Amino acid sequence: MAKKLQLTLKVWRQPSGKAEGRIETYDAKDIPVTASFLEMLDIVNEGIIADGGEPIAFDHDCREGICGMCSLTINGCPHGPGKGVTTCQVHMRSFQDGDTIWIEPFRADAFPVLKDLMVDRTAFDHIIQAGGFISARTGSAVDANATPIPKPVADAAFDAAACIGCGACVAACKNASAMLFVAAKVEHLGMLPQGKAEKDRRVLSMVRAMDDHGFGNCTNQYECEAVCPKEISATYITKMNRDFAAASVKEAVVTEF
Amino acid sequence: MVSDISKDMPDSKIPSGPIAEKWTKHKMDSRLINPNNKRKYTVLVVGSGLAGASAAATLSELGYKVKCFCYQDSPRRAHSIAAQGGINAAKNYQNDGDSVYRLFYDTVKGGDFRSREANVHRLAECSTEIIDQCVAQGVPFAREYGGLLANRSFGGAQVSRTFYARGQTGQQLLIGAYSALSKQIAAGGVEMYPRTEMLDLVLVDGHAKGIVVRDMVTGRVHSFAGDTVLLATGGYGNVFYLSTNAMGCNVTAAYRAHKRGAYFANPCYTQIHPTCIPVSGAYQSKLTLMSESLRNDGRVWVPKKAGETRRPRDIPEDERDYYLERKYPSFGNLAPRDISSRGAKEVCDEGRGVGDTGLGVYLDFAAAIDRDGEDAIRERYGNLFQMYEQITGENAYQTPMRIFPAVHYTMGGLWVDYNLMSNIPGLHVLGEANFSDHGANRLGASALMQGLADGYFVIPCTIANYLAGETPGTVTTEHEAFKKVEEEVSQRIHQFLNINGNRSVDSFHRELGLMVWDKCGMARDREGLTEALKKIPELREEFWKNVRVPGDNNNVNQELEKAGRVADFLEFAELLCYDARAREESCGGHFRTEYQTEEGEAMRDDENYAYVSAWEHEGVGKEPTLHKENLEFENVKLAVRSYK
Repeated sequence: MAKKLQLTLKVWRQPSGKAEGRIETYDAKDIPVTASFLEMLDIVNEGIIADGGEPIAFDHDCREGICGMCSLTINGCPHGPGKGVTTCQVHMRSFQDGDTIWIEPFRADAFPVLKDLMVDRTAFDHIIQAGGFISARTGSAVDANATPIPKPVADAAFDAAACIGCGACVAACKNASAMLFVAAKVEHLGMLPQGKAEKDRRVLSMVRAMDDHGFGNCTNQYECEAVCPKEISATYITKMNRDFAAASVKEAVVTEF
Repeated sequence: MVSDISKDMPDSKIPSGPIAEKWTKHKMDSRLINPNNKRKYTVLVVGSGLAGASAAATLSELGYKVKCFCYQDSPRRAHSIAAQGGINAAKNYQNDGDSVYRLFYDTVKGGDFRSREANVHRLAECSTEIIDQCVAQGVPFAREYGGLLANRSFGGAQVSRTFYARGQTGQQLLIGAYSALSKQIAAGGVEMYPRTEMLDLVLVDGHAKGIVVRDMVTGRVHSFAGDTVLLATGGYGNVFYLSTNAMGCNVTAAYRAHKRGAYFANPCYTQIHPTCIPVSGAYQSKLTLMSESLRNDGRVWVPKKAGETRRPRDIPEDERDYYLERKYPSFGNLAPRDISSRGAKEVCDEGRGVGDTGLGVYLDFAAAIDRDGEDAIRERYGNLFQMYEQITGENAYQTPMRIFPAVHYTMGGLWVDYNLMSNIPGLHVLGEANFSDHGANRLGASALMQGLADGYFVIPCTIANYLAGETPGTVTTEHEAFKKVEEEVSQRIHQFLNINGNRSVDSFHRELGLMVWDKCGMARDREGLTEALKKIPELREEFWKNVRVPGDNNNVNQELEKAGRVADFLEFAELLCYDARAREESCGGHFRTEYQTEEGEAMRDDENYAYVSAWEHEGVGKEPTLHKENLEFENVKLAVRSYK
């Protein structure tokens, strides 16, 4: 049978968005090393329910690293130990018997806490609504092979499109900047020929929406890239800055585009 | 009670004429609504996966007022996102003889002749437009060096018609639909309600005119009225507790509609995928799929003797049983999903399963590594080996993988006619939530195709056939029907919170899942199903006496959310078993051990069972009434599938 761990958890508990939060201590006993991090929390929650308490609330859904819902800061690091993984892909074999584990939500002013470890990331949806799309009305498309797209361009667009919108980049940044998230979408669409028509308008309005929602600026620390579960490169931020500058100049001299 | 075939079934509204002209004819015969009048109609869309998001975006583009609801924190997270493999389309870009007709034919045959020909042909027709639409939205499908789209082959087809985006096709398609939805939200055409769960359907004069929801942040129970309701709420795989579905996937919306009168069709058609990572312990919360492509190079085996304790590498060749190669010499390790899954169950039932739990079989790459070298295998499957190591901590280059089948997709769902409308006027059902296109077994890369066909191309046309007959905006939430259903929903929430029993919601869900898996999983028989039908009500009774739901209803309460879903699964499981017991044949994902050939193959009974089972709810704990829709096969000849 699998080895078992005895752990101490320090967990952020906050009854609601308006209430004060604090760190609570829990014993996590007999945790199999084969369990996932979220299954460890399930086990702890079963114990809390049995003792008449309220279980720890946390967001999660697919539990296979693709939906972007899980969002825990584990020992100070969004999505915890390991490179290129989401919280739900962390397994308990990454920890040692006797460890103390600190578990907090993704923290940022633009991501208010809803309860315990759950945060509200609708600001991300608002940024996408500001321009993170190609206006292609259903039924209006030409044949899919009408416009060849060179493989390197398609691949680079794909690397940016891999973003799952989890918000780890924001939580890791000391400025709570959403630049990696915004750049990934701006560049995914802007690189493709079908996205060129709206390129300038897109970058201007998405960056402005980001500012309006209280995300900070980028100061080139690259924590975002380090914690990104899809390993999206910070070079997209550089590209977006260039696109933003070009679009701003055009906006200043051309009234409509 | 079993009614005569088709006698009291609602009209399936399949257009007349040759198969290839039905959809064109239907579009021409469908009613139209003047653009100025469309904005007077409100459409409620529940679910924001491929079917829901594409429908909400497209209907809004047409001018309808749309309100869209999802339980996740953002519509971008619906479980369509997890589909890995690809999406089929009859583009024939490879010039390998593909056509709309061939895709239609493969899908009907793959569904083991239990789907509606007309629906499947329409699906095949829409497939090509889907690819065009997605590319226009910026979906980064795989491309060749010349810049044109790449294809690969998938199970059940001999042509290369699958479009893919690395191993994340579902994600990229969903982000495409989500971006179209976002565009319409920004334009004011769609009001989006995330973290909002539909808990019941409201009928006014027999028509679906609204829903009751719970705001999952504040706990508020309230209603929305509309001129029609679209359910795009996915499948019911989580009735088994462990499945490859997301944790939140549930049957509540569909089941609540069923309790309000909608027929539930073919619930026993469930798909079990053979290559998943096995369960590692009782704490396990979900199962992870490993791409079927691994079986191209991996050899499946178990030890010959039961209770084997040696490490796999120490078991000599002549003490291993490569059971798929032994039983199906021509297909070997590439036998279809249902057959491979059952093979694994059989050897585990004999006590020859591997791993701590005994529920697993080896998928061994040693021979392929010897033959082609480790680098070649890494090139082909590197990301999968990495994922396997992440979850199990084992290096599959050095020791065989352990795999086991898991519930993956459900072909059954709410009964719909050709317009995607259920037998309740005004209630439309899209995507995995309906029953219509995959028969008894879904082929790989067809789920994404169906969700998007329904949302982008079918419902935008067919919805007018209902709405044109309705005066818009006649019903508001002030209507007494809304107050009544809201009251029932609030009452139920109150009940959950006040049972104060000794068992958690999850413990009931696990017990139910194990029972359904055991009696109504990969192999079923009358005796086991009858036993399950006795035990499920007992468990349900205990649930209502002994469940503990902590907290209150003024806040986020995840235990309360789960309690509502599990309570519905506890009723739905009975329906599933009734259907599985009534279908006295084996077909596709439904394998009855009494109905098999001497070699253990599924034995279909076309003479007596070539029909859709549509069940009508008669009350909790009462046997539902079966209605039958006869399936006519005018184009594809009924034949036996063989993989020897």
